[in-house]
Amino acid sequence: MSKTLVVTSGKGGVGKTTSTAALGAALAQLGHKVAVVDFDVGLRNLDLVMGAERRVVFDLINVAQGDAKLHQALIRDKRLSNLYLLPASQTRDKDALTEEGVQQVIGELREKFDWIVCDSPAGIERGATLAMRFADVAVVVANPEVSSVRDSDRIIGLLDAKTERAERGERVEKHLLLTRYDAQRAGRGEMLAVDDVLEILSIPLLGIVPESEEVLRASNVGSPIILHNAMSAAARAYMEAAKRLCGEELPVKIPTDRRGLFVRLFGRRAA
Amino acid sequence: MNIFGLFGRRGATAPVARERLQILLAHERKSARASNLIGVLHKEVLAAISKHIAVDPDKVMVKMHRKADMSLLEIDIEIDSDAARPDDPAFDENDALEDDLSGKAA
Repeated sequence: MSKTLVVTSGKGGVGKTTSTAALGAALAQLGHKVAVVDFDVGLRNLDLVMGAERRVVFDLINVAQGDAKLHQALIRDKRLSNLYLLPASQTRDKDALTEEGVQQVIGELREKFDWIVCDSPAGIERGATLAMRFADVAVVVANPEVSSVRDSDRIIGLLDAKTERAERGERVEKHLLLTRYDAQRAGRGEMLAVDDVLEILSIPLLGIVPESEEVLRASNVGSPIILHNAMSAAARAYMEAAKRLCGEELPVKIPTDRRGLFVRLFGRRAA
Repeated sequence: MNIFGLFGRRGATAPVARERLQILLAHERKSARASNLIGVLHKEVLAAISKHIAVDPDKVMVKMHRKADMSLLEIDIEIDSDAARPDDPAFDENDALEDDLSGKAA
C-alpha cells in the first residue's frame, strides 16, 4: 500500500530538505520504492541536496499542468535504483501549482511507489498547505528552540484542519523529528530538552537527529547523509526514524554528552 | 567555570524558554479555535437542521460581523418548500398552509 508522507515545519532552516533526502534514501535502502517530491516551487533545493541538480529536465509543475509525463520528470538516483526525485520548478512561482494538479500527480505516484515523500516549503501558505494536502503521514521537523517549536504547533494545527484526511474526518499520522539537537547544550540547560518539546507539542517522537558536521559535508557533495556516511550519528538516527515509520518498534535514545569527565571538568570551549 | 557548569544551573535558560512557550501556545491555540468558530457553527447548525429538514449545505450561510462595540452573528438558511418531513408534528401547521395555498392555486 502506498503512503504519502509530508516533511514539514513551518519555520525555515530547521532541516526539512536534509530530512526529506535522508528519510527518502533510508526508506529506499530498506527496500521500498520511493519518490521524493520537492514542493518548494521557485526555491528548489532537494535536487541539490540529492546531487541531481544537473539532471533536471522537467519538474512537478510541468507534470501537474500536463506539459510532461511523470516518467519524463522523475529522476532516478544514481546510487539507489529504487529512489526517484520529482524536482520543483525554479522559474515558475508558487501560484502555478493547483490543488487539482497536485492531486493528479500524487494519484499517479501512488500507483508506482510505496512511499511518496513530499518536501514542504517553509511557511504556512499555499505551497505548504498543498504539500500536506494529500498526506497520510506527517513528519514535523523541529529544532529545540522557541521559534521552531511555536511554528511546529501552528503546522500541527494545519495538519488537523487543512488536509484532505482531516476534512474526511480521518487523522493524519503525525510524528516529531527533533533535529540539530546538541546534547551538551541540552545537558547544560541551554537548550530545550526533548521532554520539554514533547510535552509542549504532544505528538509522538520519531527520532532525534544530533547536530552533526557530517550533515553539511553530505550536502556539500550532494548526497543524502544516509549514503554519505552511514555510520555517522545523524545517519543512524535517520535510519532508525525510517524504520519506525515502517512500523518497527525501536526505543528512541536521547543523545547524551559523551565527553569524559576530565574534559567536562577542565576542557575549555574554543568559542 | 566548568565545575560550576556541572553542578549549578546558572546558565540554564531552557526552563525560561519552556515556560514562555507554554503560555504563548495556550493563548495561540485558543485564538486558532476561535478563528474556526464559523466552520464549527456551520457544521453544527447544518446537523441540527438536517435532523428535521433536508437542507443543501451550500444554502446554510454563517457569517460573523465584528465591529468595535459589538459583534453580529448572521445565520441564513434557505430551504426548499417541500423539504419539511411530513411525519414531524412540528410541521403540521406548515403542511396545512401549503395545502391551503395549493388548494387556492388549483
